[in-house]
Amino acid sequence: MEHAVQLEELQLVEALRAGDERAFEELVRMYQGALLRVAQIYVSSRAVAEEVVADTLLAVLNGIDRFEGRSSLKTWIFRILANRAKTRAQREGRTVPFSALGDSEPAVEPNRFDRGHWTAFPADWPEARLLGDETLKVVEDAIEKLPPSQRAVITLRDVQGWSAEEVCNALELTGTNQRVLLHRARSKVRRALEEYLSEDE
Amino acid sequence: MTKTAEQLSCQELVELVTDYLENALPAEERARFERHLAGCDGCTAYLEQMRTTIELSGRLTPEQLDPAAEAALLGAFRDWKKH
Repeated sequence: MEHAVQLEELQLVEALRAGDERAFEELVRMYQGALLRVAQIYVSSRAVAEEVVADTLLAVLNGIDRFEGRSSLKTWIFRILANRAKTRAQREGRTVPFSALGDSEPAVEPNRFDRGHWTAFPADWPEARLLGDETLKVVEDAIEKLPPSQRAVITLRDVQGWSAEEVCNALELTGTNQRVLLHRARSKVRRALEEYLSEDE
Repeated sequence: MTKTAEQLSCQELVELVTDYLENALPAEERARFERHLAGCDGCTAYLEQMRTTIELSGRLTPEQLDPAAEAALLGAFRDWKKH
C-alpha cells in the first residue's frame, strides 16, 4: 500500500518535471479541496485562500526539480502552503495560533444526562431521510460553521479520507491535538444531524 | 486498579468515542469502554450515529477552486513549461 502510493507519487513528480499538463491537472484535482481548507485556517477570506492555493501550486511547479522525496509529496506541498499562508496572514495583520483547538464544548449537551446517564437514549435516525440530499447539505453546513482548525481536520480526515498521520504531518499537529480537533468537529456535525433528523418533516 | 474497575458513565463515554474509533485508548480503557457499550443501548446508538456521521462526511464533494482561478493556473502552467 505505502509502496504503491510512493510509486504513484514518483510517477506524478516525473510527469510534472516533464511538463505534462495532465499531470498538473491531476495535481490540482487531487489537492485543491484540501489546500483550500487548510489555507482558510490562516487567512481571512475564501478569495485570499484561493490566491494562496494558486501561489502554492505554482511554487510546487517551480520547486519540483528540487523535490528529493525525503518527505511525501503531500507533506512537502502542505509545508509550502503553510509557509505561504502564514506570510499572507502576517501581511493581513492576523496571527493564527494553530495550537488553538477552537472551543471546548462537550460532545453532547449536559442536559441530556442525569448523573452521567442518558435521560433519553439517542433516537434512531430514519434511514429514508438519512439518504436524502438535504441531509448531506446539513453535514456540509455544519462543517462550514466549525472553527477553521476543526474544519480543516474533519475535511482532511473524513471528507478526503486522509490518514491521521498524514493530517498530523500536513498541519504540524501532535496526534493528541489532531484527535481533539477531530472529536470536536465530528461531535458538532453529529449534533447538527440529530437536530435536523428529529425535526418534523 | 480502583480507577479501571470503576464504571464509565455515558457522559464520559461520549467524550472517548473518537479515541476509541482511532484506536488511541490504552488497552484497559478500551476494555472499560467496551464493557459499558455491551450493557448500554444508549451509548451503542450514539456510537452508531458517530459512525453514520463519518460516513456522511465521506460522501461530500471536496471544495474546488473557482473555475476562473483554475483556468488561470493552467495558463500559468503553460507559461512555466516554456522556460
